Amino acid sequence: MNHAEIVKKIKERFPEEILWFVCFRDECSITVKKEKIKEILGYLKNTPGLDFDYLIDITAVDYLGFREPRFDVVYHLQSIKHRHRIRIKAQVPEQGCCIDSVTDIWATANWFERECFDMFGIQFIGHPDLRRILMPEDWNGFPLRKDYPVRSDLGDKEWEAYKELKEAAKAWKENAEQS
Amino acid sequence: MQNRVKTVKELVVNMGPQHPATHGVLRLILELEGEVIRKCTPYIGYLHRGVEKLSEDLTYVQSLPLTDRLDYLSSMVNNVGFCIAVEKLVGINVPERAKFIRTMMSEMARICSHLVWIATHALDIGAMTVFLYAMRDRESLLELFEMVTGARLTVSYPRVGGVRCDVDNEFLDKLYKFTEEFPGKVEEYETLIDRNRVWLKRTKGVGVITAEEAINWGLTGPTLRGSGVYYDVRKFFPYDAYDKVEFEVPVGKNGDIYDRYRCRMLEFRQSAKIIKQCIEKLPEGPILAENALRIRMPESPLKIDKKDIIFEIYTEDKQIQEFIQKFTEVYASVEAPRGELGFYIVCDSSSKPYRMRVRAPSFVHAGVLPKLCEGSLVADVIANIGSIDIVLGECDR
Repeated sequence: MNHAEIVKKIKERFPEEILWFVCFRDECSITVKKEKIKEILGYLKNTPGLDFDYLIDITAVDYLGFREPRFDVVYHLQSIKHRHRIRIKAQVPEQGCCIDSVTDIWATANWFERECFDMFGIQFIGHPDLRRILMPEDWNGFPLRKDYPVRSDLGDKEWEAYKELKEAAKAWKENAEQS
Repeated sequence: MQNRVKTVKELVVNMGPQHPATHGVLRLILELEGEVIRKCTPYIGYLHRGVEKLSEDLTYVQSLPLTDRLDYLSSMVNNVGFCIAVEKLVGINVPERAKFIRTMMSEMARICSHLVWIATHALDIGAMTVFLYAMRDRESLLELFEMVTGARLTVSYPRVGGVRCDVDNEFLDKLYKFTEEFPGKVEEYETLIDRNRVWLKRTKGVGVITAEEAINWGLTGPTLRGSGVYYDVRKFFPYDAYDKVEFEVPVGKNGDIYDRYRCRMLEFRQSAKIIKQCIEKLPEGPILAENALRIRMPESPLKIDKKDIIFEIYTEDKQIQEFIQKFTEVYASVEAPRGELGFYIVCDSSSKPYRMRVRAPSFVHAGVLPKLCEGSLVADVIANIGSIDIVLGECDR
């Protein structure tokens, strides 16, 4: 099934939800509203002819200053049977930064959504275990947001947690020498 | 003396981050009941270097060496994956010769990576000898890499639009000789472990993944194919010269550790076959496209061919139209030794990527460890980690 047919089929089923679609370099991406994302993805997975049974990737993009709503949550889907791919993008605003979790449709979404939360601070409603995954659990801020600096803004100052760690190591060393 | 009554208590064991059998810095918290694992929680992120964030501050070409450091056992495939994504974005047609060289090099990297896998996996389970044999053969491949690229591990050899330098006849002769000898060496490994009773007992029927589970868990590469699902990026969405060479994709049946091992062993032979065909079919011609991105890429807008862009908007908003024209995005994936390695690039027409996302197979595979380990024995954790073949550098990025 080619992209035009796929888009047509989704458009018929969810006429209100789709905002626009773009085809570039033979790749089709459909931008949708976030409210019914779970239904849309479930429909894509279970409809004969579409059969998007494989979730390749979930990630997010921050369009700070370029567009409202600020974030896009990007789903890459693929059908192993029909050998086609599609990209679904759901818009998530900064206020009320949340979207439904798809962990009960694909188990692989679990870690992808955790990473998304870790890096962008997007809450996934219904996720069984939404914790930070790559960054330490006590980290402040969300690194992949555009307003998070690439280079450290500490300057000559030392990172607080590092200071604590050094003190703890010093105390431990003194303790070990005494005994 | 009093008789002590022994009771089985729940015990929490911390495995890693510095543990030789976790293939990097992976930490597992295992809740045990005797020898049986009740709960397994992986902690990752010890190697997180923020490659995705860093590349937003570098030009496209400068980001290339960062991709070496993802999966450091097969850096060539990472480079190729990144280059293909950028080429797709900008619209560069790579010359045929460069395509064949890349295919050849990718398969060399695959053999290298699988050799490290068989070496360490067998070592973990208790077969020492294979390690030495595999490292010996890897050495000869690394020497070949060094001949062309000047580096053994982090090669940075492909360029956006081709490859850095041409291969010479001496290299091709040596490589051809290697491919002639290599299938015999694979048989050597097999005689060492395939009839080894300990090996069979520890792999057959252990860590079984069914086909439905494998798809639902998002596995790729030999880990997926071991469960009997036919999916290979090289066949489904051919890139480089993979549509011009003949090869088969080995598929397992039972989905246990042994089948995953068999898949990789068969891939060895297929890779050697592909390299051989590449050498035989290697065309003459340039190795770099004319509109390839230069190393000293100026910080001026990137010229992207946007002719084939089609869009339809269902809301009446001028801003949205400008937004669509400004941001273009591509997703390109390659079959890395561990599975599908994808690069998703969002471009705002400047010389730096607006967002670069790496879809790392190891990240997905590390995520299925709890499901694989829960209910199995402690000793099988090591076998399971080895069989899904993760590299933590790629997992944490």
